Amino acid sequence: MPELIAKSALDGRSLTLAGVTLAEASAGPITSIAILQDGAKDVAKGLKPLGLAFPKPQQFTEKAGVRIVWTGRDQAFLIGVAPPELEGAAVTDQSDGWTVLAVTGVAAVDVLARLVPMDLRPAAFPVKQVLRTQVSHMNAIILRTGDYAVEIMVFRSMARTAWHEVQTAMEMVAARSGIKI
Amino acid sequence: MRIDGKGLIDRTKPVRFRFDGREYAGYKGDTLASALLANDVRLVGRSFKYHRPRGVLTAGSEEPNALVEVMGPKNQTPNVRATVQEVFEGLVAQSQNRLGSLRFDLLAVNDYLAPFLSAGFYYKTFMWPRAFWEKLYEPIIRRAAGLGSLSGKHDEGAYEKAFAFCDVLVIGSGPAGLMAALTAGRAGADVILAEESHALGGRLLSEGGTIGGMAAADWLAQVVAELAALPNVRIMLRTSITGAYDHGTYGALERVGLHKPARPNLPRECFWRIVAPHVVLASGALERPVAFPDNDRPGIMMASAVRTYLNRYGVSPGKRVTLFANTDQARATARDLMAAGVQVAAIIDPRPDAFSVEDCPVHVGAEVIGSRGRLGLSAIKVRKGNETFEIETDCLAMSGGWNPTIHLTCHMNGRPRWDDELAAFVPMAGAVPGLVAVGAANGTMSTHGALATGHAAALAMVQALGRKVSVDLPEAEDMPYKPKALWLVDAPGRAWLDFANDVTTKDVKQAAQEGFRSVEHMKRYTTQGMAPDQGKNSNVGALAVLADATGRGIAETGVTTFRPPYVPVSIAAMGAGGRGMGFAPQRFMTSDQASRDRHAPMIEAGLWYRPSYFPKPGEATWREACDREVTMVRQTVGVADVSTLGKIDIQGPDAGRFLDFLYTNTFSTLPVGRVRYGLMLREDGLVLDDGTSARLGDNHYLMTTTTAGAGLVMRHMDFVHQAFCAHWQVRYISVTESWAQFAVAGPMARALVNSFVETPVDLPFMGVAPVRIGGVDARLFRISFSGEEGYEIAVPTRYGEALFRDLLARAETMGGGPYGMEALNVLRIEKGFITHAEIHGRISAHDIGMEKMVSAKKDSIGKAAATRPGLWGPEREQLVGLKAAGPISSGAHLFVPGAELHRETDQGYVTSVCWSPTLEAWLGLGFLKDGRARIGERVRLVDHLRGLDVICEVCHPVFHDPEGEKLRA
Repeated sequence: MPELIAKSALDGRSLTLAGVTLAEASAGPITSIAILQDGAKDVAKGLKPLGLAFPKPQQFTEKAGVRIVWTGRDQAFLIGVAPPELEGAAVTDQSDGWTVLAVTGVAAVDVLARLVPMDLRPAAFPVKQVLRTQVSHMNAIILRTGDYAVEIMVFRSMARTAWHEVQTAMEMVAARSGIKI
Repeated sequence: MRIDGKGLIDRTKPVRFRFDGREYAGYKGDTLASALLANDVRLVGRSFKYHRPRGVLTAGSEEPNALVEVMGPKNQTPNVRATVQEVFEGLVAQSQNRLGSLRFDLLAVNDYLAPFLSAGFYYKTFMWPRAFWEKLYEPIIRRAAGLGSLSGKHDEGAYEKAFAFCDVLVIGSGPAGLMAALTAGRAGADVILAEESHALGGRLLSEGGTIGGMAAADWLAQVVAELAALPNVRIMLRTSITGAYDHGTYGALERVGLHKPARPNLPRECFWRIVAPHVVLASGALERPVAFPDNDRPGIMMASAVRTYLNRYGVSPGKRVTLFANTDQARATARDLMAAGVQVAAIIDPRPDAFSVEDCPVHVGAEVIGSRGRLGLSAIKVRKGNETFEIETDCLAMSGGWNPTIHLTCHMNGRPRWDDELAAFVPMAGAVPGLVAVGAANGTMSTHGALATGHAAALAMVQALGRKVSVDLPEAEDMPYKPKALWLVDAPGRAWLDFANDVTTKDVKQAAQEGFRSVEHMKRYTTQGMAPDQGKNSNVGALAVLADATGRGIAETGVTTFRPPYVPVSIAAMGAGGRGMGFAPQRFMTSDQASRDRHAPMIEAGLWYRPSYFPKPGEATWREACDREVTMVRQTVGVADVSTLGKIDIQGPDAGRFLDFLYTNTFSTLPVGRVRYGLMLREDGLVLDDGTSARLGDNHYLMTTTTAGAGLVMRHMDFVHQAFCAHWQVRYISVTESWAQFAVAGPMARALVNSFVETPVDLPFMGVAPVRIGGVDARLFRISFSGEEGYEIAVPTRYGEALFRDLLARAETMGGGPYGMEALNVLRIEKGFITHAEIHGRISAHDIGMEKMVSAKKDSIGKAAATRPGLWGPEREQLVGLKAAGPISSGAHLFVPGAELHRETDQGYVTSVCWSPTLEAWLGLGFLKDGRARIGERVRLVDHLRGLDVICEVCHPVFHDPEGEKLRA
């Protein structure tokens, strides 16, 4: 039979309002790595060829477009590359479970402040920091990828709601700055 | 009237607005109250109970009288304080709480009934006759209750919620707040300066004077400019801090768009949650009225408010003003008015030793004992010694001293402290952790004191933050504040304490006489402090009267409890984004569009949207579609999206052991490539969830949960793992969202599946195998929830829509097609499979006939508790099937035919029903006392709600293919 057609949750759409851009990002493979008891050394060895180390809590590291993102106790997501052979960990494909929304622009954090109950000031949420928190009522993983850039990972089934929530916040932030939309 | 050359309004920007149908002119920078006063409109509302004429009393958010309705294109907002609402071009407002016009309010008749309407009137009057309550009293009370009115329509305006974090939150921007913000701001700390009004400055906007050798206005402009230029200082205008909560969290309401014509997407209000480790409370003080007879006429105002209208808005609220005040500070009102060319008819000062230097008649040791004027003040009556006389006046400025605004300091159960010298309550230090009250909010009434305490508090915070700063303290007025308490004037007549709720000194005294001596009881008995202003103007005065009436001191009498919010907060702001579909996230399956394309009505299952049925042309009812879909699955093949079922990937050497502990039955012995049905109990022994788990590898399982139970089971697993076996080598993660999964069921299911997979597999019943479909790695399960030969195909979610549409195309060619939730439900009832309709939380394994699934060879969660007496045995209601010729309903109860119908004879209840096109009968699942022993008996099904009374046959719950031959074919 012919090949199945792949689709993302939001068809890669994007939207720019008042200097803030919201776009569905394509993350590539996402793999959960959950270290088993005494497995940390083996995992470190397995990650070495990628030039990545298992991240510290609430942090992510990046090398050559590949990220490893802390997502919980002894758990991280390897994003952007197929997982290497790993001993000492439970390895689970998560590629299709998440939708990644990239929010960029000077006011990106102001938009997020409408949705996320966390301290997003640069000192509390610097670049390379990751939060496991909520976006409105949705469980989310939020990465600070730049001074004016964040990525929000939400469950794929909730992508449309997440988009709607961020878009609404963007519209209100834009309207406050006097821009007519 | 407007005074030329005065005020901070922008005279280059005139605006027109309407009040009660008439057009008026004002300026940008005016509030509705100042603009109405500029137009000589004194009557703006009616009081709650007696419908007495009411005018503007204050110039701030504490206003009890000037409450109006603001009419927007989509909103009608009641109880808007005219003293807070800024005017803008096109503003439409109207007065409220009246029957007929504001000038001739028909309900003003209540005022003549006042002798009958005193405190406790409701409690005494509406007691008898009993029958009158529902038909007569309640409708009358409901008609009379409330001040403003609502449109009855949904509020479709835009509202916002937001979070903010800072090092130092400064509440209020008078001299104390500005000094604190400047100190913390220069030190580089992140500062939020929240100001309730639309401009920074607080009382500095209303008073003259000098600071640091320059005019106060110039000092203010300089500080505001510096603060605005500091990147670490965030100025939040029109923002009231509404509450102090745990962990340094403060609620705040920002009026974002209420001062402008409505615009799409511009929030009307934003409800903030601000988190700050250090807080400077510089909320100032509220001037208190004096209770003298007829002190509630329009034209009688607070002295400080008169000063504000004059100096900030360029308005004199009267042409011939009188002043009744007990402090030296209040004399500024008379001086400022005279300097602006307004006639001051007299100053009445109750202090016999007060000075009288003003260039107008000054009566020391005198009191105002009455007033005249039907819809507005025309004269006051003054008593000096034995002499009484009248003074013609259209505005009386009154002051009984000041109450520090201590509201927020009491939100965490701290009680304020009575200060005899100030004759006021002041905050107890440390009542809210991290919060320091400064300036007038802490009882320091001079400008110098405000600057000094704001500076000192901010310095301490800056040091605590590990920062350094040096800010010079500017010089300013440091006049001593020594009030002589003046709560009420002893004279005959009604003297108002609570203007909004019409509570007089007489009511408070009566409450005390009738035994309501506690301040909390007095408050509830008289309704004092229960109007929209929450007693900001009346609390201290009322309890002073109560203290006097009960022969106690004020400190001993105490205050009522201050609770958030400090100002009224609209529910729309707190619930921003949550209206309609915004209430909860929506979860969509990959097949969503394909189902909607086929006009399938979608129903909510948890947060998911699932197709109810797939109508075909000519089908008039859902039942026709459902019956067809059921028959289709039984005879050819059906396809359903089952992606919503919870999927949990479990790995590790102890994975099997972990499942053995979670499930009542054994999974460690399950061969790789096989699937097993499992039952999970809660710790209390009742059923938590059921589902299948597949063994994908030696150390690798995939658990399936019900749709509703997915989150519940995950939480349960986390608890079990962390609490009982944290050291086990097992890890798990949800993969619900990672896989789109489709059920393919029916006699032709195998043919359909095999036409898809690259290499056909011969799977046994309850088998699982990796397959490839259309170039994609997929999983094939042979499981069935329909009773037919059934498969489930799982592909990575990105391919879900494609696979669903492709499967349907082929299924339809074979005479099959999609089936929805209705058909799925019928199929499983025919087969006797349970859902959460049956395992609803009060059901044991024994009740559903699964007691043999509780393994005797191992321990599992809930096993011990399940053996408790009362959880098993013939006295329990047990799962049975029900069959009837006519319609039956879930929720109906079961009785022995011929028995009386009441609670004691209840034999059980029905949980699921359907019309079965396969058996051509109504089928049900339900729980019947000792049901398994009663198969073949007849029971009477009664549903009082739907008017059903049907005789049913008790059956084995599995109606269709009881031997399971079709499943295993």
